[in-house]
Amino acid sequence: MAVVSEVPVEAGLEVLAPAKPWHAVAIDLTRRYPLGTGGAVIVVVMIVLAVFADVLSPYDPEENAFEFMLTPPGYQFWMGTDQFGRDILTRLVYGARTALFVGFSCAFIGAFTGLVLGVASAYFGGRFDLIFQRVMDVFMAFPLIIMALAVVSIFGTGTQNVIIAITIPFIPRCARVVRSSALAIREIPYVDAARACGFSDARIILRHMVPNVMAPFLIMISAFVGQAILLEASLSYLGLGVQEPTPAWGLMLQGGAEEYAESAPWVAIFPGIAISLAVFGFNLFGDALRDALDPKLRAQ
Amino acid sequence: MKRLYSKIAISAVVGAVLAVGGFGAAQAQKVKRGGILNFVVGSKIPSYDGHVESTFGMIHPIRPFYSLLIRINPDNPSSPTDFVCDLCKGKVPTGTDGGKTYTFKIRTGVQFHDGTPLTAQDIVATYKKIIFPPKGIASSRKAFFKMVDSVSAPDKFTVVFKLKFPSGAFIPAVATPFNFVYSKKDLDTHGYTWHKKNINGTGAFRFVQHQPGSFVEGKAYERYHHIGKPYLDGYKAISAPKMALRLQAIRGDRASIEFRGFPPKARDDLVKALGDKITVQESDWNCVLLFTPNQDRKPFDDVRVRKALNLAVDRWGGSKYLSQIAIVKTVGGVVFPGHPLAATKAELVKLTGFGTDLEKARVEARRLLKEAGVKEGFTFDFSNRGVDQPYKVVGTWLVGQWKKIGLVAKQRVQPSGPFYNTLRKTGDFDVSIDFNCQSVINPIADVTKFLGSSGSNYGHYDDPVLEKIYDRLLRAETESDQRKIMREYENRAINEMAHLGITLWWYKINPHRSYVKGWKIAPSHYLNQSLDQIWLDK
Repeated sequence: MAVVSEVPVEAGLEVLAPAKPWHAVAIDLTRRYPLGTGGAVIVVVMIVLAVFADVLSPYDPEENAFEFMLTPPGYQFWMGTDQFGRDILTRLVYGARTALFVGFSCAFIGAFTGLVLGVASAYFGGRFDLIFQRVMDVFMAFPLIIMALAVVSIFGTGTQNVIIAITIPFIPRCARVVRSSALAIREIPYVDAARACGFSDARIILRHMVPNVMAPFLIMISAFVGQAILLEASLSYLGLGVQEPTPAWGLMLQGGAEEYAESAPWVAIFPGIAISLAVFGFNLFGDALRDALDPKLRAQ
Repeated sequence: MKRLYSKIAISAVVGAVLAVGGFGAAQAQKVKRGGILNFVVGSKIPSYDGHVESTFGMIHPIRPFYSLLIRINPDNPSSPTDFVCDLCKGKVPTGTDGGKTYTFKIRTGVQFHDGTPLTAQDIVATYKKIIFPPKGIASSRKAFFKMVDSVSAPDKFTVVFKLKFPSGAFIPAVATPFNFVYSKKDLDTHGYTWHKKNINGTGAFRFVQHQPGSFVEGKAYERYHHIGKPYLDGYKAISAPKMALRLQAIRGDRASIEFRGFPPKARDDLVKALGDKITVQESDWNCVLLFTPNQDRKPFDDVRVRKALNLAVDRWGGSKYLSQIAIVKTVGGVVFPGHPLAATKAELVKLTGFGTDLEKARVEARRLLKEAGVKEGFTFDFSNRGVDQPYKVVGTWLVGQWKKIGLVAKQRVQPSGPFYNTLRKTGDFDVSIDFNCQSVINPIADVTKFLGSSGSNYGHYDDPVLEKIYDRLLRAETESDQRKIMREYENRAINEMAHLGITLWWYKINPHRSYVKGWKIAPSHYLNQSLDQIWLDK
């Protein structure tokens, strides 16, 4: 007679802790990563400003109103007006849209392209990897701004070309970091198992390797957004980026810094603060993300 | 703020006294000799050859090494008709033979800096290079001398110009400051391109050195033909491409003057910081900013669309406000405002886009666009030059003006090199910023810019009617005839065809250290740059 021992299902299993409510998670994260939270707040505020610019802005960002030219900050214009009488606060709010559009476009396109190329380079290895990495070396030999300047001088100015100019130098930087992670993953048996199952190279790269290099990839994206915002502002400041009358922070700085630094300093100060704050925010957020996702740092 | 304005007002008055009052206050003081004049230049030197170049980047540092046959009166440079002899002697000749012959007597005892004596042959060789250059040799002002048939030297110190027809444009053309007199020996020995990289003139200063991208240095020429001049021991033209740098150089007294011009805010900052240590001279400027629709492209081949572009622009309002932030100010037609041949205000307001009823003009502009099939929100490419003053400021203003009639101009700003390439060679633009900057005020020559046959017709149009009117203008002998035909010309170019849009004429503001004496502002940044009048009161 068979004896069936009755064992309770729950026996031997740990009871899972109930999921924390979102605000508890937020408080926990804030306590663990106070600077990162500060960065995240800045990023969220920027996104809100960019998305709701039409609602939040009191004035048209491109409309010249010469009767109000170079009005100092006050009740009517909280951050004053520029030499064309345009409200600086309005242009900053719309400028966030330009900054984020360029920042996210460059970061995502550059990082995704770099991700695919980096993983592919690691996966195929051999001569392909050797040649590909040397090409990456050539691109990485140039500082970001120099590379971006070279690309803008070839393609010309304007938002689209600025995105291209900033994206191109991002690709090798992401590809190099991702490749180093992917090299380790390539040696793990499940990749061999996938190969043995006859999966295509594309499937192995995209379904099995790419998800496992997400941690460095996400960190790179957050860093790239900040860098792209700074590069866009630099190119616009040099007159090679976004063009007037489009509201963009670097352009606002360029239009006012030289001539009005003394007589109307608000024209240069507020865009300068906006650029600094945005880059600072993304960098803090990126650092916190790295701390959270890197197992070694997490253990510490 | 009131104190600032009063300082500006005082400086401007002092400047105006200096500029207008002849010998005035400066001459009342005893001229002090010696010292080095440091001045800043905001553009590069493409080459040393005045016959080829057209930029102040060359004129400011290089002109003091050379002399001209005649020049504008350095004591009265704002006059468009006051010319004096430089290398010629006596008075500037008037035409004989019914205005078809001009005979210049040349000074004796003049030597080039290398010791070669100057003769009439040098003048002839110079003007032959300018007027009749051999094939392959560039001459930027050849078109100014369309009326010249021949130039010859009947004896060692006489030069005779024979004209095909009498023309009031001849003498101003001779006084153009780019007409450096070269040595025939140099031209014969070294060829017509030697002066691009070498300097040998009879000017007030001798060339010492040029450190590219840094400075040009000259020292006083001891055998200068205007006896007793120059007053300075030498000068240093310091290259400073950024305006902030030029401004700080003057503020910190590393440089005494910049001869091109600063925007109003820069003037205010200098006056505020330095008070009576700064003198401000101001003048209308023989330079006008234009916009050129590309008639090779639709819909700009349609005169209604070009007229609409013109009608949208509020010139009178622009003058009021832009003059506070840019180096533009005066509303004018095709001729330098204030010149006898220029349109009066009553004549101006009849031109398309110059009326005082802006709302009515913009309603008409919208009607014309609708009639031409151009829809609300039509977007076009607007090419502009990457120079703040006044290009980018005026360009941004124009974008706003066109928006008022439902047009969206996408401004494409390029550095000077690519911008000129687009404007002059590729023609890859719908509408482009353009300009007409001249030196000596010579309306009959200056207005050639609007001709289809002009070398600077970037709108790619052909207008035989306008050519015929110009031909009549060129041959008109009296000022009243010239004036009448000039109105016809203006009416055709602006009212009937709207080939180009005139925005605003430039306004020159030169704040400089008050110890710089003897220099008087001219209506062009190319003029009065021999530096032989300047002295330093310190």
